[in-house]
Amino acid sequence: MAFSDPPVLEIDDLRLYFRTQQGVLHAVDGVSLNLRRNEAMVILGESGCGKTSLTRAVLRLLPRNVHTYSGSVKLNGQEVMQLSDEEYRQQVRWVQISLVPQAAMNSLNPVLKVGDQVAEPLLSHYGIHRARALERVAESFQHVGVPADFINRYAFELSGGMRQRVAIAMAMVTDPDLIILDEPTSALDVLTQANIMNVLKRVKQETSTSFILITHDIGTSSELADRAAVMYAGQLVEVNDAERFFVEPLHPYSQKLMSSVPKLRQTEEPDFISGQPPSLLDLSTGCRFAPRCDHRFELCENDPELVRAGRRQHVKCWLHQNGDNR
Amino acid sequence: MRTAAPDAPLLSLRNLRTWFELRRWGFGRAGTVRAVDDVSFDLHAGEAIAIVGESGCGKSTLMKTILGLHRPTAGSVIFEGRDLSTLDAKEMQWYRSQVGYVQQDPFGALPPFMDIRRILGEPLKIHGNMNESERRHRIREVMEEVRLTPVDDILPRFPHMLSGGQQQRVVIARAMLLHPRMIVADEPVSMLDMSVRVEVLRLLQGLQKTHNLAVVYITHDLSTVRYFSERIFVMYAGEIVEQSLMDDLLRNPLHPYTRALLAAIADPDPENAHVFRDVPPGEPPSLVNPPSGCRFHPRCTHFMENLCELQTPLDFEPEPRHFSRCFLYQDAPADS
Repeated sequence: MAFSDPPVLEIDDLRLYFRTQQGVLHAVDGVSLNLRRNEAMVILGESGCGKTSLTRAVLRLLPRNVHTYSGSVKLNGQEVMQLSDEEYRQQVRWVQISLVPQAAMNSLNPVLKVGDQVAEPLLSHYGIHRARALERVAESFQHVGVPADFINRYAFELSGGMRQRVAIAMAMVTDPDLIILDEPTSALDVLTQANIMNVLKRVKQETSTSFILITHDIGTSSELADRAAVMYAGQLVEVNDAERFFVEPLHPYSQKLMSSVPKLRQTEEPDFISGQPPSLLDLSTGCRFAPRCDHRFELCENDPELVRAGRRQHVKCWLHQNGDNR
Repeated sequence: MRTAAPDAPLLSLRNLRTWFELRRWGFGRAGTVRAVDDVSFDLHAGEAIAIVGESGCGKSTLMKTILGLHRPTAGSVIFEGRDLSTLDAKEMQWYRSQVGYVQQDPFGALPPFMDIRRILGEPLKIHGNMNESERRHRIREVMEEVRLTPVDDILPRFPHMLSGGQQQRVVIARAMLLHPRMIVADEPVSMLDMSVRVEVLRLLQGLQKTHNLAVVYITHDLSTVRYFSERIFVMYAGEIVEQSLMDDLLRNPLHPYTRALLAAIADPDPENAHVFRDVPPGEPPSLVNPPSGCRFHPRCTHFMENLCELQTPLDFEPEPRHFSRCFLYQDAPADS
């Protein structure tokens, strides 16, 4: 059954360029991926690689200086790029996809009770009565482990971890197909972090929601991910099953990223990636990672394709180009 | 300048308390925040220690007390045998030149309206009696040491024109300018990208070795501590609950809180997705009215009734040089 369902999210050649004073900035440059029901995909990358722009492109939360916005985004098999902004707002945002923004704990409105704020998507998208909506909020709070009487509190009365849970509850309250979490734990303490990841794992087990988790924290990301995608300079360089990715990443950049993580339970020294990611303003025609790569050879002056390297494994690197390219 | 005996510690804290008074309507007393409560340790020249704890455990207050930014309520900070509270303004200035401070958020720590030349020139103007060309020479020397190169390219830039890693190097360069004997680093890499964290930690480690610096490394991330410090102090609710050598702590964490901290850290591993982590219930207590007895007892899985909530545990020493403030080890010798 699950296999015949269309993917919850199918992105093909998504591009988002910005106009800036220095020229055109290629923040998202031809990203393709798909995500099944109840699957969690983590998108990893350094700051400035376009992770957050990718979520903005998917959610169509665009600033004014957009230069190009093109490609295809299908939700449950339905193309949504053709929808007008208003249709998109009514049919997609919060209804099918919701977002837990970066620093979500500071995204709560200070003058609203958290209960009212979490109920807002229900009121504006489904026109449910406030009393009924608050019941739903209470259910949602229970899911993420926020005491029910917190409904009448203000954001400043909650700790950071509780605020983060409230933001997750708000993303869940409309029962969307996909929740995008942008750095959900990066501002939190380790114990709170572990707690939030437990909450997300439970939500994933109990509902059929899919997740996209944007983060640069590789250790934490392995707590939720079924799939892992690595982004570099606006492009995906590897999409892989978590089972394999966290053990043996394919792309040289992923390998470097993985070995740069300080690990508690292993003795090997972490490494760092020398050099800096390229500017997204003027990009070379070859592989964008080539200048920092140890495996560089002649072919790298041309841009490799994102090709299949195995079952549900894709990698954008010349080292893997002669494999089975179906 | 008086120098202490060769084996004397560079810095010692003796029963240090930093409490803050909460006021109601500006004058009535509303309670006391016991941010740092009875902390003692010694730090020798060239030694690196780490202080680990969650936000709100008092680690930043402890750091600011060490830096002389907060006055201790009781107890003392002793640097090279001299109690900070006895120093006058001029001697305090000398102390500040001896102690470098690496802040957590490099962008917030660098004034946005100054270029790097001015940012690095300032401490030398205030502290040194160098002339213009000596200053320029020293700045160049430090920048090369922290690998902020090419120097001439970076000097005229403003902080926002540098990457996060470079900004943090400027902060480190600024801390190193006056040849300090000790560095206090407050979460120096938590705001940086994973890929440059290790680079910056290595840099600090290198500086520590070459200049025989004492380092106080403050963090909540246990996984970075290992590459850096020999000794570690775990702080909870204003107190140090466990102290030991880093390897001993990883091999055999004693205090239930330390165990929880270690268990919460995820190394990249696909197995993580299939297990729930054991996290102690509740949240760190308010420091205004900390729990009686052992401050961790309301969240502790090993809670012993009629003991933990009534009496304050001592620093028991079940292994040599490995102390734990927990009644589980009450049969072991205690440090008074």
